Amino acid sequence: MAEPLLQTRGITKSFGALKASDAISLDLHPGEIHALIGPNGAGKSTLIKQIAGNMTPDSGTVHFLGQDVTALDTVARARLGLGRTFQISALAMDFTVLQNAVLGALGARSGVMRFFLPVMKDRALLARAHEALERVGLQDHAATRTAELSHGQRRQLEVAVALTLKPKAFLMDEPMAGLGAGGSKRLTGFLDGLRAEAPILLVEHDMDAVFALADRISVLVYGQVIATGTADEIRANPDVRRAYLGEEDAP
Amino acid sequence: MTRETYINAALSLLLVLVPFWAWSTGQAYILTLCTKVAILALAGVGLNIALGLGGLVSFGHAAFFGIGGYAMGILASHAQTFDPIMDWPILIEGTKSMPMIWLVAMLASALAALLIGALSLRTSGVYFIMITLAFAQMLYYFTIGWPAYGGEDGLSIYVRNSFPGLNTLVPVQFLILSYVILGLALLFSARLARAPFGLALSAARQNADRVETVGIAPYRLRLVAFVISGAITGLAGALFADLNRFISPTMFSWHTSGEIMIFVILGGVGRLYGPVAGAALFILLEHLLGGVSDYWKIFLGALLLAVVLFARGGLIGTLAGREVAHG
Repeated sequence: MAEPLLQTRGITKSFGALKASDAISLDLHPGEIHALIGPNGAGKSTLIKQIAGNMTPDSGTVHFLGQDVTALDTVARARLGLGRTFQISALAMDFTVLQNAVLGALGARSGVMRFFLPVMKDRALLARAHEALERVGLQDHAATRTAELSHGQRRQLEVAVALTLKPKAFLMDEPMAGLGAGGSKRLTGFLDGLRAEAPILLVEHDMDAVFALADRISVLVYGQVIATGTADEIRANPDVRRAYLGEEDAP
Repeated sequence: MTRETYINAALSLLLVLVPFWAWSTGQAYILTLCTKVAILALAGVGLNIALGLGGLVSFGHAAFFGIGGYAMGILASHAQTFDPIMDWPILIEGTKSMPMIWLVAMLASALAALLIGALSLRTSGVYFIMITLAFAQMLYYFTIGWPAYGGEDGLSIYVRNSFPGLNTLVPVQFLILSYVILGLALLFSARLARAPFGLALSAARQNADRVETVGIAPYRLRLVAFVISGAITGLAGALFADLNRFISPTMFSWHTSGEIMIFVILGGVGRLYGPVAGAALFILLEHLLGGVSDYWKIFLGALLLAVVLFARGGLIGTLAGREVAHG
């Protein structure tokens, strides 16, 4: 198999006596969707934060594109090509949908310290923003104020902004959360095609989506990865059944 | 054209017509009031870049206003006594030239904003407010104890500084000069808000995570905004000093910071003409109510409370409705 694009090696993070991440080693290879599942409180968010750069692990390293990025902050990791979407939409709510997408395109291109030319007349940025909106199906809402979007549309916009960055890898934190069945199915179809462009590390609660999409699944329980494997392997794994799938999943 | 554009145009027209009327009827006092409005509005335009666009609640913009004022005072006082500011290692003399004074005022306030911003922007919320306030108060007490330039009593400059081709002592000429500078600052501020920098800064105010995730550091944006903001307020300080031909530590006091903030809030935070409307309303109230009662600020306080509680968009926001996203 090819060299992993994104890799964590023995990431450990403790909060007092609680080990939120316990020697987690994960990798993300080109062309794959690697899903991360686990019950609530398993430490998924903590792990995502360490991969994205919001939190520094107590020990262990994060490698991205063959480079040790453990000491780099979110901004630097984003600039290297890590495209992240948030569990709770992090968008500029007073902006139009298009402005949010243009912001992404602006981040991808250098030159934010420009003070005179109107950004919303920059053809290159607009083209990139429109392209991303079209891909997620938001092209008709370009002029809508983001605060007026439905929850599902905000999730779509999150993905669109990540797309404008043309990232080398995606880090998606529960992109399906709060989507209806239709929206979830649509996004599943979209992510299915997206993996060819850049691999996706997908944290998701929607089991249908995870089992439909993931090339590999890792199961996180109490800060530890208890199993990694294909959908079938995970389904058959007795530890996983006991720790997770057998239990009633909290909504 | 949006409704806000019409309101801005109407306000501009009013601000031109009033002094025109005052000039044609020979009321120099009204001209001076209008000049004061323009200069204070300019200070507000500076603060509005940090506060409105960047969401940085600076309670220390008096620092820049005062530095601008003292830049004028120091340069002009040395020029009027023909005593160089320093003669070693290089000779630096005072000057009575406004363009030179403005340049020094803006550079000095920008530098101060860089230092103050670099430290205070590492905090946010109440801490940011308190640290910016503390820096301004430090300068306030420093100037009180600085006898070289008048200490607590302040310093008078007997003749208004000069501008090539104008007689700045004629009220209407100084008024036009102030108006032109305010106009340029508004133009700059409008362009800034629509430029890539403005988009990113505004996004950082709304959601810093979003900006970081697209690979832009909010801290850098905010620091640059704070420096630009400080430089503009510093320029206003230099003009204000020239209007009164007097500087004093009061320019640095927290009352001044508060007043600049009141202009922005009364007029409308983040609105292009907010500081203009706010400063005009403030001076109007001071003029009208000040004649009625020495305690006119009680009414100002009540008005401010009403704006904050019931009209968050200030005067402009109430008239123009919700801000239309620039498309």
